[in-house]
Amino acid sequence: MAEEAPAPAQLAQVDYRPPARDWREAAVDFRKGTYCYSAAPKNLQYLGLPNPRPWQPHDADWKLPPDWKQTILAGMKDRLERFRSFRLFMDICVRCGACADKCHFYLGTGDPKNMPVLRAELMRSVYRRYFTLPGRLLGGLAGGRELTEDVLKEWFYYYHQCTECRRCSVFCPFGIDTAEVTMMGRELLTLVGCNINWILEPAANCYRTGNHLGIQPHAFKDSVDFAVDELEEMTGIRVEAPINKKGAEILYVIPSAETFGTPHYYTLLGTLLLFHAIGLDYTLSAYASEGGNFGLFTSHEVMKRLNAKIYAEARRLGVKWILGGECGHMWRVVHQYMDTMNGPADFLEEPVSPVTGTRFEQARSTKMVHICEFTADLIREGKLRLDPRRNDHWVATFHDSCNPARAMGLLEEPRYILRSVCQRFHEMPESTIRERTFCCGSGSGLGTDENFEMRMRGGFPRANAVRHVQDRFGVNLVACICAIDKATLPPLLEYWVPGMNVAGVHELVGNALVVDGEKARTQDLRGQPLVSPEAPAGA
Amino acid sequence: MSALAPLALVLLLAGLALAGGQFSGLRPVLGVLLPYAAFVTFLLGVCHRILVWVRAPVPFRIPTTCGQQRSLPWIRQSRIENPSSTAGVVARMALEVCLFRSLLRGSRAELREGPRLVYADDRLLWLAALAFHWSLLVVVLRHLRFVLEPVPAAIRTLAAVDGFFQLGAPGLYATDVVLVAALGYLLWRRLANPQLRYLSLSADYFALYLLLGLAASGLLMRHVVRTDVVAVKQLALGLVTLSPIVPEGVGSLALLHLVLLSTLAAYFPFSKLMHMGGIFLSPTRNLANTSRAHRHVNPWNAPVATHSYEEWEDEFRDKIRAAGLPLEKG
Repeated sequence: MAEEAPAPAQLAQVDYRPPARDWREAAVDFRKGTYCYSAAPKNLQYLGLPNPRPWQPHDADWKLPPDWKQTILAGMKDRLERFRSFRLFMDICVRCGACADKCHFYLGTGDPKNMPVLRAELMRSVYRRYFTLPGRLLGGLAGGRELTEDVLKEWFYYYHQCTECRRCSVFCPFGIDTAEVTMMGRELLTLVGCNINWILEPAANCYRTGNHLGIQPHAFKDSVDFAVDELEEMTGIRVEAPINKKGAEILYVIPSAETFGTPHYYTLLGTLLLFHAIGLDYTLSAYASEGGNFGLFTSHEVMKRLNAKIYAEARRLGVKWILGGECGHMWRVVHQYMDTMNGPADFLEEPVSPVTGTRFEQARSTKMVHICEFTADLIREGKLRLDPRRNDHWVATFHDSCNPARAMGLLEEPRYILRSVCQRFHEMPESTIRERTFCCGSGSGLGTDENFEMRMRGGFPRANAVRHVQDRFGVNLVACICAIDKATLPPLLEYWVPGMNVAGVHELVGNALVVDGEKARTQDLRGQPLVSPEAPAGA
Repeated sequence: MSALAPLALVLLLAGLALAGGQFSGLRPVLGVLLPYAAFVTFLLGVCHRILVWVRAPVPFRIPTTCGQQRSLPWIRQSRIENPSSTAGVVARMALEVCLFRSLLRGSRAELREGPRLVYADDRLLWLAALAFHWSLLVVVLRHLRFVLEPVPAAIRTLAAVDGFFQLGAPGLYATDVVLVAALGYLLWRRLANPQLRYLSLSADYFALYLLLGLAASGLLMRHVVRTDVVAVKQLALGLVTLSPIVPEGVGSLALLHLVLLSTLAAYFPFSKLMHMGGIFLSPTRNLANTSRAHRHVNPWNAPVATHSYEEWEDEFRDKIRAAGLPLEKG
């Protein structure tokens, strides 16, 4: 797919002039490279979701169930009654346009239906037609629109061209959050079996085996063992990485990509080393071997089903509290949904750092702490010996992942860590970081190869800001705390900003961490030579 | 098309009002029946809409966080942009409602050669919106002098301050000028910006035209067309004391003003103007970001099918054993 994609210079010619045609005339051209393929029937079947069948978005006939329209409308009614956010966001938009150029997909495509306001209007027009008095009486005159197959196809196209990043909601005077609208859109599409495979396959795998790739327990253990071996080779230290260990103090939940994907893997190495250095009594779980939750991108129901494993496993293993790794949307689920959906976690204890004694009050109900909160506290309390010179080959910047930034506010913790482990750190422009951070363009389950062109377009604003700091400060590394970022920023930056690297924050921690009994480090956790290799220990 | 049809509609309404004012038989309809009907519609409609919103639960705590969370004690929390206390939420909402905090973040993205995306601050929309809403509030408060007798000192003071510049006689109110200028900008913006024109609906223009029509007829009555203010006040007082009359002295223009106001009031609950009430209920703004500290309860939290550990162990038992991982059931 990547080979067929247009060149960057071509893609950067974005035409922001709206077409002559009225937006209410629904018609989508499913052009290769700009959409995701349909979910395989087996994945729908495994999760017990409706209407499993072979079909593709570019087919004329989507093989919808005969009563699809009633199903969608009944689904809308149900959700309008269950979610105040949905009803309110359908009602109060004034179309002021403040959100229009805040969306990375709009900036990258110029397609007006990627303006958050119009993305929501695709749904609002149907809402007005069927659920408001003026719309029922006056139809189009009152801004209403019939629900047709073309409208449904448009929903599919544009609700999979939104990464639920919530950037628009920062700028909206009413806080209208397109992520809510997109989530409803995808839930409704799920009711008639219009899912994408890049979301449903990980969801189905996760439901069955515990993680996105469907890694079974023995293979999970192999990967972790492999990491332990590699770490020993690099540092001379043999760490312990317990799995399913009952009675451990802490359950550590990671995005499973850390066990097999790069550069995620180096983050795992960094954390394993860190836990060894502080003597943490923890365990991984092969059952809850995934912090990520593609249910968030499917429906609230699937989200809850996948998330349930974390508390269930914490209870079974008898741990005191839970620590969560570097993952963006996982933290949206953990922070804003988990306790409500699957709590109360009254069988756990209020999290207290066993090393520093710090009480993590912000997590006293959910009982789950972010690894950056945990590590920042360790550094602040002087519990780590760090040699930031070991990261001198990096000039780093930090990419705020959407969910920790806008659904949590985890902004300073990772920065504090980075400044402690790395001597050269530069921020990207203010309008592209913190609560105004730009998505990687592939979040919310859109990071698939067939969607390559759209991903490059959506990630353009992020990449552009990275290029700015590359030109200005010679930045050669984007640090981040999201597994989807780690998977999708490398191809994005390769496309727009060649030569850029991507790393997890805890990979850099692992580099800088001075551990008792380690051998002199000549390489970083990637096996790359350090700028100034250390003299061998004792020399 | 979206811009023209509502203009025609407002002009038609104005024409009907002007014409109707000429017929003595229609004057009570325009001056009494219509305002009452509109008022009742407004009241019931707004209550209904708010009830519908309030009845829908807030299943999840989903604030949009626009600053640092409360976490470790030595990290400075953004208490308003990412509140963790009721006071913080109140402050956030107050800033949002009174100063349009989010709109103040306004910026404009521009794609330049390079390619280079640049973001420039753009606070014009914020300024115009703020100017419009605040001056409208003052105008509405000033109008209380028509329905209150004696006129409270606060209202008279407000009017005196508003007319501070003492331009012409009767004096020009600053808020009238600001109101019309802001409305004019908001309309111009919708028409001149291609993206905004593309997404604007008839409803967006209709509200603007109605408000402009109201402002124009009001200004005409005050500054151009001789108006019997005593008669107008009699009409207004009669309406609010439920003893309505339409005095002879009430001119067509005053009736037109009243008809447009009635239209706006009756239209209000069915329109986007309900954002006035809705902003207070927005769950991304009016909730504290404390979902990990305090459990948020979802009233319909329905049970779901899960894949339990036992099922998982049963499926992978041999592999778990072969890998040397502990098992619940040997």
